[in-house]
Amino acid sequence: MIYWNSFADFIHMGGYGLYVWGSFGVNVLIMAIEPIVVTRNQKATKARLKRQIRAESRSTE
Amino acid sequence: MTDRFNLYKYAAPATFYPLAGKLIPWFAAASVIFGLAGLYLGMLVAPTDFQQGEGYRIIFIHVPASWMSMFIYLVMAFWAAIGLAFNTRLSGMMAQALAPTGALMAFLSLWTGALWGKPMWGAWWVWDARLTSELILLFLYIGYMALTAAIDDPRRADKAGGLLLLVGVVNVPIIYFSVKWWNTLHQGSTVNLTKSSMATTMLYGMLLMALCFWMYSIAVAFMRVRTIMLERERHTDWVKAELEGDAR
Repeated sequence: MIYWNSFADFIHMGGYGLYVWGSFGVNVLIMAIEPIVVTRNQKATKARLKRQIRAESRSTE
Repeated sequence: MTDRFNLYKYAAPATFYPLAGKLIPWFAAASVIFGLAGLYLGMLVAPTDFQQGEGYRIIFIHVPASWMSMFIYLVMAFWAAIGLAFNTRLSGMMAQALAPTGALMAFLSLWTGALWGKPMWGAWWVWDARLTSELILLFLYIGYMALTAAIDDPRRADKAGGLLLLVGVVNVPIIYFSVKWWNTLHQGSTVNLTKSSMATTMLYGMLLMALCFWMYSIAVAFMRVRTIMLERERHTDWVKAELEGDAR
């Protein structure tokens, strides 16, 4: 089933290791970082909006 | 009370916000499952390519990223058209939520293409019709984001951005057909509905990766659209209730 004979072969990628892992590495990095950034932005936005709403309700009281 | 399915109801941010929140974990899980299955087939099971050696394995992410970069743009242009025609609130938010992910997909397409091109063609970059039109797509995404960010009023930003999206949509068929219309260095399409020039494991691996990218894009776009909804609808009662219900 598995095409590779050894783990070293898999890493070496028939001499294309740098290109293959350079592609997959950046891809994985982007797909890991993007959701983190989006989640952080959401948390920051929620916190800011909550502060604004509290400030508004105080000023109208 | 009628229980009829109403599209307008789901197009309202107040109902779409919780719906998207419920769907995100499912899309994220689907993305991980498709990704693992695709990587297993593509990286571990699929045989080598007789012409390109193991370097061909880059296409398992290059092709899905390229497809998504074009598809996301088409979806954004669709929302832009809806927004300009019917003045719906959701459409502009959807387009804005998709743009960064689309830009990242275009970047990934170019990045993985460069890393494939260096060993195969001997050059990171050539001014070939396919590559150049994909680069223009990246610039369109960046231009859209810069334009909408520069206009304070979100409704006006949506209109201006939407216009840019609709003008730029002409670039997508140019990318897609460039390998047919011009004599490009970039190879023609590998996957075809009628016949495919790939081994079955390679084809399935690539299709699974495409599904992974698709589910990922939906999950991230939904996450982003929820933030945009809170921001834009901050004066409405539903956002106030949503934020107060959020104990943390």
